[in-house]
Amino acid sequence: MATTQDIAINQATAEPADGAPAVAVEDLCKSFGGFNVLRGITLRVGRGETLAVLGRSGTGKSVLLRLIIGLESPDSGSILIRGQDTAGLTLDGMGEIRKKMGFLFQSAALYDSLTIAENVAFPLDHHRKDMSRSERSDKVDALLTEVGLPSAHQKMPSDISGGMKKRVGLARALALDPEILLLDEPTAGLDPISSGEIDELVLKLQREHQMASIVVTHDLHSAKTIANRLALLDQGKVAIEGSFEDLQQSDIAFVKEFLKQS
Amino acid sequence: MSDPVLNTAANTTLTQSDIPAVRVASPESYPIAVFTGFLDWFGNLGIFSWQVLRAGVTPPYELRELIRQLDDVGSKSLPLVALAGAAIGTVLSMEVRSSMTRFGATSMLPSAVVYSVIQEMGPIITGLVVSGRVGAGIGAELASMKVTEQIDAIEASAVNPYRLLAATRILACILMLPLLTIAGDACGVLMGWVAQTLVQPISFHQFIDAGFRGSTLKDFLPPTFKTAVFGLIIGLIASFQGMRTRGGAEGVGRAATNSVVLASLFVILADVVLVKLILVIFS
Repeated sequence: MATTQDIAINQATAEPADGAPAVAVEDLCKSFGGFNVLRGITLRVGRGETLAVLGRSGTGKSVLLRLIIGLESPDSGSILIRGQDTAGLTLDGMGEIRKKMGFLFQSAALYDSLTIAENVAFPLDHHRKDMSRSERSDKVDALLTEVGLPSAHQKMPSDISGGMKKRVGLARALALDPEILLLDEPTAGLDPISSGEIDELVLKLQREHQMASIVVTHDLHSAKTIANRLALLDQGKVAIEGSFEDLQQSDIAFVKEFLKQS
Repeated sequence: MSDPVLNTAANTTLTQSDIPAVRVASPESYPIAVFTGFLDWFGNLGIFSWQVLRAGVTPPYELRELIRQLDDVGSKSLPLVALAGAAIGTVLSMEVRSSMTRFGATSMLPSAVVYSVIQEMGPIITGLVVSGRVGAGIGAELASMKVTEQIDAIEASAVNPYRLLAATRILACILMLPLLTIAGDACGVLMGWVAQTLVQPISFHQFIDAGFRGSTLKDFLPPTFKTAVFGLIIGLIASFQGMRTRGGAEGVGRAATNSVVLASLFVILADVVLVKLILVIFS
């Protein structure tokens, strides 16, 4: 677990050279069918920093990630990716920003008509035309080896387990060497051993790639393991943000209840 | 960034209890609800069409996916279209023969079969067969991708799903429908001759010669190439229904059914308009 000193160091190095945080979310609001899911969320994540977003089911954690990657539009508020406001961008304009981001879906969302290798190669095939076919193949090999699946190339998504799907999804998210990694429930639905393996993998990737990461989870143990900072959402707002020790020392009733039940 | 057609609340983590209860329309307001739903559907179809057009005409072009779709729409539909064309040619030959014999005009039979098959029966049957096979396929495939977040994953990978998924399928339908129609027409004419020659032997050359006597290209090209419009309708509606799907397996089934029903309906309606247009322009 990260110490307060580690967090201070991470936050000090959080700002990239140009001064803008990797991800800055300001007063973000989003509603669906009249139901306010997010009611003014403000969060910042710097380079090399990992923020875990916790909360009960239905509190808008995944919606927050979908807003950041541009799969949903906010009702109000702003989202800045490395200082660039994403509001009003076209699909192709947003695409340029998405090239800097990797997204692991809760369900992994692998393309079921493609093999594992083709899934991982998908972003490379579309955005790295400068790479030769053999270079792309080598990159896919390296990514699959990195996530611990060196011999799964020709398997189909339907032939592999949930944990393996998450690994493949992670390899695909890393294909374009993103500066920002968004992980939606990376350990949900996995057994404790597989969850631990995914956590270790995420930690290893953070050490090696120095990406800014936002991890949405309801798994407090996983959040403690992989994040420098935690943000707990309640009723569409950030109830508390800080280290795990900050959460433990909080007097907020919801925070106490959440920690007690986790 | 995000758009009203693709992005719905379907893939969020909201539970049913989070959503306020849906108001049930009163009997008096039901026609208004139907009318606004109708306008909403057409409005979203218009936005979707614009997104697809804008994505389709700007690079990068998804040639590999287009080739895959040309194969899927074209060569894989060929046996079905050929069979349907052959059946129509046979039935027409038998039916027309019966009528022509009554009026002592059996010599007109080749022309009647050729004109009927090429001008109307071939194109409309091909349109309906393809809207059944391809419309259902596109609708179900894209709907399945939508509910399993694969379309979101494509978008998150900085690839435009309108360009990769919709534009390629629509273009493949537009290009393949006329070619499939020609194949269906050929099978129809061939089987029309077979049905004729079994009753009253006639060489294929004589049959074709009599069938096309006095005709020009403008008699046959417009009816064949009007099916490009059928292709546009089938590809557009099936892609639209698939990519806006909500709600699991039920949503996938609904998208496939709606794709076929709506595509077939609009193909028939378009045929009425196109036949009138062709008559006005080419007569």
